[in-house]
Amino acid sequence: MKLSLGPIPYLWNREYVFDFYARVAEAPVAIVYLGETICSKRRALRLPDWLDIAGRLTAAGKEVVLSTLTLIEAESEVAYLRTIAENGSHAVEANDYAAVNMLEGAMPFVIGPHINVYNLRTLAVLAQAGAKRWVMPVELDRDTLAAIQEQRPAGLETEVIVFGRLPLSFSARCFTARAHNLSKDECNIRCADYPDGMRLHTREGASFLDLNGVQVLSARTYNLLNEIKTLAELKVDILRLIPQRQGMFEIIDALYSVLQGVMPPPVAADILAGCQPAGSCNGYWHGAPGMDQVNHA
Amino acid sequence: MELVCPAGSLPALKAAVDNGADAVYIGFRDGTNARNFPGLNFDFNEARTAVSYAHKGRARAFLAINTYPRPRQWGKWCDAVNRAAQLDVDALILSDPGLMDYCREKYPDLRLHLSVQGSATNHEAINYYVRHFGVQRVVLPRVLSLTQVRNVLKRVNVELEVFGFGSLCVMVEGRCTLSSYVTGDSPNSSGVCSPARAVKWEETSSGRCSRLNGVLIDVYAPGEPAGYPTLCKGRFEVGGHVYYAMEEPTSLNVLDILPDLYQAGVAAIKVEGRQRSPAYVAQITRVLREAIDACISSPEKFVPRASWVEQLDKIAEGRCHTLGAYSRPWQ
Repeated sequence: MKLSLGPIPYLWNREYVFDFYARVAEAPVAIVYLGETICSKRRALRLPDWLDIAGRLTAAGKEVVLSTLTLIEAESEVAYLRTIAENGSHAVEANDYAAVNMLEGAMPFVIGPHINVYNLRTLAVLAQAGAKRWVMPVELDRDTLAAIQEQRPAGLETEVIVFGRLPLSFSARCFTARAHNLSKDECNIRCADYPDGMRLHTREGASFLDLNGVQVLSARTYNLLNEIKTLAELKVDILRLIPQRQGMFEIIDALYSVLQGVMPPPVAADILAGCQPAGSCNGYWHGAPGMDQVNHA
Repeated sequence: MELVCPAGSLPALKAAVDNGADAVYIGFRDGTNARNFPGLNFDFNEARTAVSYAHKGRARAFLAINTYPRPRQWGKWCDAVNRAAQLDVDALILSDPGLMDYCREKYPDLRLHLSVQGSATNHEAINYYVRHFGVQRVVLPRVLSLTQVRNVLKRVNVELEVFGFGSLCVMVEGRCTLSSYVTGDSPNSSGVCSPARAVKWEETSSGRCSRLNGVLIDVYAPGEPAGYPTLCKGRFEVGGHVYYAMEEPTSLNVLDILPDLYQAGVAAIKVEGRQRSPAYVAQITRVLREAIDACISSPEKFVPRASWVEQLDKIAEGRCHTLGAYSRPWQ
């Protein structure tokens, strides 16, 4: 199984992003997803910047995929999507059927986690349209994956998110702007101040969710380290990590070492535990509430 | 511009039809539809009675099969489509592309509407569904501004249905798993959001607490009206402040922009609420029938009557209303 690094969900500053991907070029991930997937108002990096980074990562031997916006409302967003779809050099991850509509028949594409593939017939329709890979939606469980893997269309790769705070929802409303009593149109790009999102607590102080502009993420970190054997048995091709500021490269190294059989999983578990500020969860994998941590007997 | 009303039961359906709905929408009594609540919806024979009542009242009947089946559920969802095809329904409301593909193959003459759960928010996505499955109407998620609705309408060759009244989903429908994160059940998977089985109320010294599978959603001071703990409408703490971090308990109400929607070419106004009582459905249908008729007869002079607004607010979630995403400042 290969490791992939998903798109950065947060708005990080330009220099940090370039430095981050310079380190990614040296890190043991095989596939890197690049681009802004949350909000079109975030323009710290423009498409030429992403293509610049894509070129460097390709030169470093990585497979680069340009990821696309999830919630597409404005004409300008459709137009930007088209320039990505027609980039001509890199594969594209579709997170909305708008992207599927543009990519169908034009070039092979990746079905991102925000396209609802819940069954084989949907997967077959998308494979027919030219999908080469699908990323399992976050709320799906092991048994569903097993059933899909048994009959997945020939040649289609399967990618599963195994580490990171989970993308749970999207809205027309910007929750970061709202937290500052600003409207989205006058948001002043306040999300740039929260490189790991704004933590939302319950009124009794429990870490619950993270607000990231128009996106809501889980506060707990999804962690399938203990399921790597099962993922391999299910013939999953790629394991995806969701970028975060804290310990990203230690996380990548630990998971890679486990895949190589050179680090015992309990050692990796300790490293990952230090990078999960609100604890971990794996409920979705077990068909339980997503926030639950289900431990094996 | 049609008025499309919800019916979670035969009495609610009769209330809608008798009070002037142009169309009603229903679902089977199981997880195949996005209002899978205990005691609601229709078995096959009840659905047959419902469709026939609607048709006698010159209303169209739509049936929603708008959750996303997993492999182990696939047969049951196909069976729901098969049963629906034997009813004389005027359209199926679907969201799963696999199921639409099945429908296209087996029942090419059946009219398909794309459910709001299909998350189509732009003309390219809409065109995908039209091109592949011959969808004839798309229900827009509650995320577009009025300007964006107009722009989409200019670029598609399909009817658009928009939400006009009812509980407000603050997230993009079909792309929200907050409920399953907390409870294991989501609209996509189980046809429910913040399910009642997971709700617990507690009286404490600080007030009345509502919890969803143990997660504290809100605390109400003595005398403060308490709402259903839909998890995106709770009060939480962010940056040291306690407030409705995602959305207040409030209802969507488009009376203020009805002429704009009409002149833009919107085909239908949808009312949310198959979980609501027949009395609720009757009242909303009556008010919106009057309002839509007034709007169509003279859109330039249309002004929402105070009595309409008052009647709707009385039964609205949170007893107040908003234009939601149609209005940019809300976003």
